[in-house]
Amino acid sequence: MNDLTRLSAAEIAAAVASGEVTALEVAEAHLERIAQVDGSVHAFLHVDTEGAMHAARQVDARRSAGGDLGPLAGVPLAMKDVVVTKDLPTTAGSKILDGWKPPYDATITKRIKDAGVVMLGKTNMDEFAMGSSTENSAYGPSHNPWDLNRIPGGSSGGSSAAVAAYEAPLSIGTDTGGSIRQPAAVTGIVGFKPTYGNVSRYGLIAFSSSLDQAGPFARTVLDTALLYETIAGHDPCDSTSIPRPVAPTVSAARDGAGGDLSGVRIGVVRELGGEGYEAGVLASFDEALGTLKGLGAEIVEVSCPHFEYALPAYYLIAPSECSSNLARFDGVRYGLRVGDDGVNSLEDVMSLTREAGFGPEVKRRVMIGTYALSSGYYDAYYGQAQKVRTLIVRDFDAAFAQADVLVSPTSPFVAFELGARAADPMAMYVNDLCTLPASLAGTPAISVPSGLADGLPVGLQIMAPALEDDRCFRVAAAFESASTPVLASIRELP
Amino acid sequence: MTTLTYADVLASYEPVIGLETHVELGTKSKMFCGCSTTFGAEPNTQVCPVCLGLPGALPVANEKAIESTIRIGLALNCSIATWCRFARKNYFYPDMPKNFQTSQYDEPLCVDGYLDVEYDGTTYRVGIERVHLEEDTGKNTHVGTSGRIHGADYSLVDYNRAGIPLVEIVTKPVPGTGALAPEIARAYVTELRDILRTLGVSDVRMEQGSLRCDVNTSLNKPGAEWGTRTETKNVNSLRSVERAVRSEILRQAGVLDAGDRVLQETRHFSETTGDTRPGRSKEEATDYRYFPEPDLVPVAPDPDWVEKLRADLPEVPAARRERLVEELGVSAEDMVQMSNAGVVELVGATAAAGAPVGEARNWWLGYLAQKANEAEIDAAELAIRPEQVARLITLVADGTLSTALARQAVEGVLETGQGVDEVIASRGLKRVSDTGALEQAADDAIAANPDIAEKVRGGKLPAVGALVGAVMKATRGQADAAAVRTILLEKLGASE
Amino acid sequence: MSDPRSERRISRDEVAHLARLARLAVTDDELDLFAGQLDVILGAVARVSEVAAADIAPTTHAVPLSNVLRADELTPCLPRERVLAGAPSVEDDKFRVPRILSEEV
Repeated sequence: MNDLTRLSAAEIAAAVASGEVTALEVAEAHLERIAQVDGSVHAFLHVDTEGAMHAARQVDARRSAGGDLGPLAGVPLAMKDVVVTKDLPTTAGSKILDGWKPPYDATITKRIKDAGVVMLGKTNMDEFAMGSSTENSAYGPSHNPWDLNRIPGGSSGGSSAAVAAYEAPLSIGTDTGGSIRQPAAVTGIVGFKPTYGNVSRYGLIAFSSSLDQAGPFARTVLDTALLYETIAGHDPCDSTSIPRPVAPTVSAARDGAGGDLSGVRIGVVRELGGEGYEAGVLASFDEALGTLKGLGAEIVEVSCPHFEYALPAYYLIAPSECSSNLARFDGVRYGLRVGDDGVNSLEDVMSLTREAGFGPEVKRRVMIGTYALSSGYYDAYYGQAQKVRTLIVRDFDAAFAQADVLVSPTSPFVAFELGARAADPMAMYVNDLCTLPASLAGTPAISVPSGLADGLPVGLQIMAPALEDDRCFRVAAAFESASTPVLASIRELP
Repeated sequence: MTTLTYADVLASYEPVIGLETHVELGTKSKMFCGCSTTFGAEPNTQVCPVCLGLPGALPVANEKAIESTIRIGLALNCSIATWCRFARKNYFYPDMPKNFQTSQYDEPLCVDGYLDVEYDGTTYRVGIERVHLEEDTGKNTHVGTSGRIHGADYSLVDYNRAGIPLVEIVTKPVPGTGALAPEIARAYVTELRDILRTLGVSDVRMEQGSLRCDVNTSLNKPGAEWGTRTETKNVNSLRSVERAVRSEILRQAGVLDAGDRVLQETRHFSETTGDTRPGRSKEEATDYRYFPEPDLVPVAPDPDWVEKLRADLPEVPAARRERLVEELGVSAEDMVQMSNAGVVELVGATAAAGAPVGEARNWWLGYLAQKANEAEIDAAELAIRPEQVARLITLVADGTLSTALARQAVEGVLETGQGVDEVIASRGLKRVSDTGALEQAADDAIAANPDIAEKVRGGKLPAVGALVGAVMKATRGQADAAAVRTILLEKLGASE
Repeated sequence: MSDPRSERRISRDEVAHLARLARLAVTDDELDLFAGQLDVILGAVARVSEVAAADIAPTTHAVPLSNVLRADELTPCLPRERVLAGAPSVEDDKFRVPRILSEEV
């Protein structure tokens, strides 16, 4: 077989199941690819060669023994380093967790292992998932395989870069305000943020507990659905996990691939576009609407007046929750300890540890959150932001009364150059304009490649009501079936 | 400053007290994870990613802990919330693995109840502000010459206790107790402890820290507004509750009499000195930045479930006492006395084990109360069980032991933790009934104390006590004092 | 010095206070930088107050759940060597920390 790294996850699984290739051959091909290109992409913080080969051999052994192989058995995967993996370094992109090896597996790690998916290693990310570029990683940024001088998106930029660079057909990201969808958009791949509560958060190093949600990246809509179904479903270890079966997304993706959207009403959110959006992004979006129309969909315009408050609400809620979630990193039980010279008090050592262990963006958000939760400010900030969430939910409800799904550009920009927005936090925050409403409402949204602008990928975001995750996949698969594959235009890495 | 007597103070000030009691629930597993709650395990062996606050771990609430909290609320006549949430209380402390405590803030499970406390036959109604559920912290050991936090070189942390369900019961301010404030405070904690024990929700062992008290105290001039309150922590026995309130009343009166103001502060009670000391003043006011715990979902107790829990509540101690008055046939006066001494349950249990109520009462209010007092503990904390006391009473009744021997047996049980019969056997506690031996001992005593013998002969009968003592000493207490007395009086030709 | 062009929402001293509350030993240079940045960010996020929301209930989760409880049953604890493996300092099977200045709460 030719280059195994160019196959989709579904193709790999089929080839492994039929015996055409072994899982070990597949793993080795990807490990080799990583060895070739990751020096310039820097998608991985840790490559687990031994673990991957071991997992692959187990799949092959199960196959030889005539055992049942799941739909993704033998398929390699790159795991975002915010997901806890037993005995494997887990840093969340932070110096404060340098060297920490967790004594347990996240629920999704367990599910991935149980499915025979072969974990290649841990991917780079903005520290504690705070950022849109991976420039906030304590271990240096990842690079966009489309243009190594540009960002691969963030915070799950290592995971998006790995898939776009053919280092892995699948990866896991986490999305708090857009950290799966925006990286997918700017690297020309598919990324899905599920309904909050459909994927267990147990073992996800928390950034903002009420917003965090893990989800899949892949190069095709079907692969994305296959990985989603592998990790989704109720988990008794997560109190916020929804105790009912998830909507079937693989069958939705297969249905959608038929390319028929007749009878589907697609809402264009008036507030997500226009000023502040790059012309190339808007042009690609208009073209995408044309494609959807051509598939039989009815395009309607909807208005969501409170979406403009999503950004301020998000930048209160997420920092508030993170200020509390990150308090545990204090140099007592695990991770870094700084300043323990026998003279400094515990209080000093905690402060020196956190000062040295956290990067500037983390410190900024921790302080904003500390401020917003302070007595006297709580009602005006955190409390008010939670009310804005209600208004955003109502906007969605009204919009979904007129449309089955809503669409928008995934990001106002294509991948920008490394360093271009690093100096100004607010300039970085506007990356999330389109993705934040679904984060705050906890509703599902997918980003699919919609084309190129100036040679760089643009993403189309498709949003569905809570628990109707399958709608995202149906529309995305139909759209994919009618579009030119964006990744086909990527140049081979040097 | 002249030293004030307690009576002086109470002549010019009125105290207002309040109590915050923390109770570790006796659930098998912790509040938010499945780790064991057993006391005394090897350090850091009862922890998991959740209670160790490892990155990524998430809490799931223990149903039994919620149920126990609701039952406590019902027993304290509270309203049970139809919907409430946990909240994060944010502050850095090394015994708290997440550097926030999962607690409840403005939405407690139970609110607005009361507990009737009897003291000296009068009933005081103590209002209950709230009963809420939270998680306990780990335990710090301070290493260094002082062994305390101040002056320690470093500290060691064991997280076995971290995450054990902890119920906080907060009273409303209690005015109107006057000079009895210390006693009422103690009676409240005693009554609360008995209720918790009756409910079976906790082992309520103050010495192991499963029941802990903070005591709030303020003073005001009669008719004036309530004064500034202090919060005294580390009050960890019933006796200390009483002492802490008394000492804080005296201290505050001294401050006020000197024309100074009482500072609103946290103070610490010292078991050794019996007074309160100020905590180190904080650099900055604490701001706990409470917010609803986003990793947990609201608790909305089903009203049917709550009603079922209410219907299944056991008899509360007050009702039980009323019933005991009838069943045991003790007088209301005796009951007050027993109640004040905190021995009602113990007397009941001793009687239930076969002893006559009167004897049980005498033991628990007499010699056993004295032993508890000497040890500065509560009678219930004595290392002797009601069944053992009942056994002793039986042995005295059938003549196997004299009262003095029975007391020695008590000493033996308390010292060795052995059973009654083991102690009797190992210490040779047998009554001397050999009349010949007693006669000899009596003759020896008379010969050794001619002056006293003469007094008795002369009609001063009480003087015979000294001779009885000598005989008892000679027989190592194994003689029956009454019999010895009779023999001596006969020999001396005196009669009663 | 206050910025004459705008009303500051947060002073350098307040940022220093927040840093202490959050246990961050920030440097003077960082204080200068963060004071300016936090002021801008807080100015932007304060827009949430433009929305009249007096009678609006807060939303915390997409799909409201309640009474997610577990039975009071034991699950295995971690082996102690795993508990202590990641600790910066250990003594007598406990986590060792420098001397504590603040009072127990």
